[in-house]
Amino acid sequence: MELIEAIILAVLAASTPLLIAATGELVTERSGVLNLGVEGMMIVGAACGFAGAWLTGSIFIGALFGIVAGMLMSLVFALMALGLAVNQVATGLALTILGIGLSGLIGAGFVGERIAPAVHLSIPGLTDIPLIGRVLFGEDAFVYFSLALIISVWWFLYRTRPGLILRACGDNHVSAHALGYPVLRIRTFAVMFGGACAGLAGAYLPLAYTPFFIPGMTAGRGWIALALVVFSSWRPGRLVVGAYLFGAVTILQLHAQGWGVGIPSQFMSALPYLATVIVLVLLSRARTGGSTAPAALGTVFVPDR
Amino acid sequence: MRKSLLALAAGLLLAGSVSAASAADKLKVGFIYLGPVGDLGWTYQHELARQALVKELGDKIETTFLENVPEGPDAERSIEQLVRAGNKLIFTTSFGYMDPTLKVAKKYPNVHFEHATGYKRNPNMSTYSAKWYQGRYIQGLIAAKMSKSGVLGYIGSFPIPEVVSGINATVLAAQTINPNIKVKIIWANTWFDPGKEADAAKALIDQGADVIMQHTDSPAAMQIASERGKLAFGQDSEMIKFGPKTQLTSILDTWGPYYIARVKAELDGTWKSEDSWGGLDSHMFAMAPYTNMPDDVKKIAEDAQAAIIAGKLHPFKCPVIGQDGKEIECKGGDHLDDGQILGMNFYVKGIDDKLPGK
Repeated sequence: MELIEAIILAVLAASTPLLIAATGELVTERSGVLNLGVEGMMIVGAACGFAGAWLTGSIFIGALFGIVAGMLMSLVFALMALGLAVNQVATGLALTILGIGLSGLIGAGFVGERIAPAVHLSIPGLTDIPLIGRVLFGEDAFVYFSLALIISVWWFLYRTRPGLILRACGDNHVSAHALGYPVLRIRTFAVMFGGACAGLAGAYLPLAYTPFFIPGMTAGRGWIALALVVFSSWRPGRLVVGAYLFGAVTILQLHAQGWGVGIPSQFMSALPYLATVIVLVLLSRARTGGSTAPAALGTVFVPDR
Repeated sequence: MRKSLLALAAGLLLAGSVSAASAADKLKVGFIYLGPVGDLGWTYQHELARQALVKELGDKIETTFLENVPEGPDAERSIEQLVRAGNKLIFTTSFGYMDPTLKVAKKYPNVHFEHATGYKRNPNMSTYSAKWYQGRYIQGLIAAKMSKSGVLGYIGSFPIPEVVSGINATVLAAQTINPNIKVKIIWANTWFDPGKEADAAKALIDQGADVIMQHTDSPAAMQIASERGKLAFGQDSEMIKFGPKTQLTSILDTWGPYYIARVKAELDGTWKSEDSWGGLDSHMFAMAPYTNMPDDVKKIAEDAQAAIIAGKLHPFKCPVIGQDGKEIECKGGDHLDDGQILGMNFYVKGIDDKLPGK
């Protein structure tokens, strides 16, 4: 029983940064912009988040630092890819390289420092319920926030008019423009939202996951978040499934190795990727069939004036 | 205005050439690093050694390093870049730089190369590495003494001989204290991913391990062990900051003396291609202070360390029994020979897990 609870807790912790970063990228891509710089924005968010928390002693302010840092990074992207209509793929990749270098610079003074990690919720009575107590009522704030975030995004995209307009920009920017919507401004906001989420997801790592900063500590999570968005066929519900599935298989394969099930560890390490891809592809086949990518994804838009 | 700018530019050019001229008198030494210098592990220790080198011979040499250089063919460009910049002695500090280093070495016979942890050499290319398994043996003794559950947790990076020999040395040592010791092994399949290393440490502890050992590079496992009130060993560098009440000891890579000796040889003109595989006796690595353990355990560790240095104790003393119960051929007299250790691809008896790829 305790082991199951421990596994679920580890899965939630491992999935949360992926879910937050992927949520942001989903909104960005739904507006028609492909920002490949998630990894770069995340690692800068991690460095600034840790710096903020270390300087002020507050995890909350650290998280805010991470959000703002991610947003500033995404503004660089918006300036290049939207303002100057530079190729989005190249700009995104450049943003990642910039982010990795920049985070090393920002974080250099903080390497080797420790902070107290984010506190976990504790409600007497509820948190002590066996098996589900700590899972439901004993998480850190990031976990609850990530779920609130994805639900809000779902509601925004499918139940509000601004959400509809954002999706319209992603599917056909010419028509959206012809209808009088400020396509570039909407996309800039979407990119900034993506940056804020990536920054927060990055900050989660040094603030809650492993409470110290080391250059390169995101270790490719930004790329996984990007892949999750594609395989979830740009749908928030499937994104949650994908993120938790990926986290779950990651943790379970580690446990399976500890139990000594005798499957080569190289295969086990590949399993989270395999399982997530297969399940999400099956999901999208079962429901709609075919690709549901925003039609204008990654294309440059220069409004005629 | 334009005139003064031109004068300024000419002045700068002149200044530049002057400093280049004075630098030409100094020996240029280059380093290629795998990670960032602030990784607190593998690369950080090489960087500390470089700093020690500069402190010792700074008036005679000029050093340059390139960090975050990926392993594989791409490294060739970075190594060549150092050659073109005039470096005469170049240290390439990771296993995966082996072939690129060799390729560049063959192209520039007048430049000397030092490659860490590899096995390919050339008249102008040396290799150097450390017998870390000696340290692992000492850790195995401590772990078996300190474990209450009798279960050790081991986080491996990749199933390569260096890591496998470390696991075997640990288990052989632990069995001398507790013949029924169990070791749970999780391969992270990465050298560096703090999140994953933390997850592996959590999984091991959740499965009953109470002493965590790692062969990955970040202090994440130490931090998790500290959070959960368990014990752990550091890796590559001093990690006690991440577990003041957790770290038992740590294997410290101390490349400084070697780097200084090699650069001195280069300055004297006595540099030769060599294969240096040093242990505790030659200070190629060191053990961090033995902490968070009672005095009798500390004494066991210190005695073992002294015996290894004196050559009285060999971690792979024959007979070594393989997992299948068969004795491993004893090629080194009364212990396994260097070749067997450098190419180790089997688990010893007592590990009830399968070596990946076997």
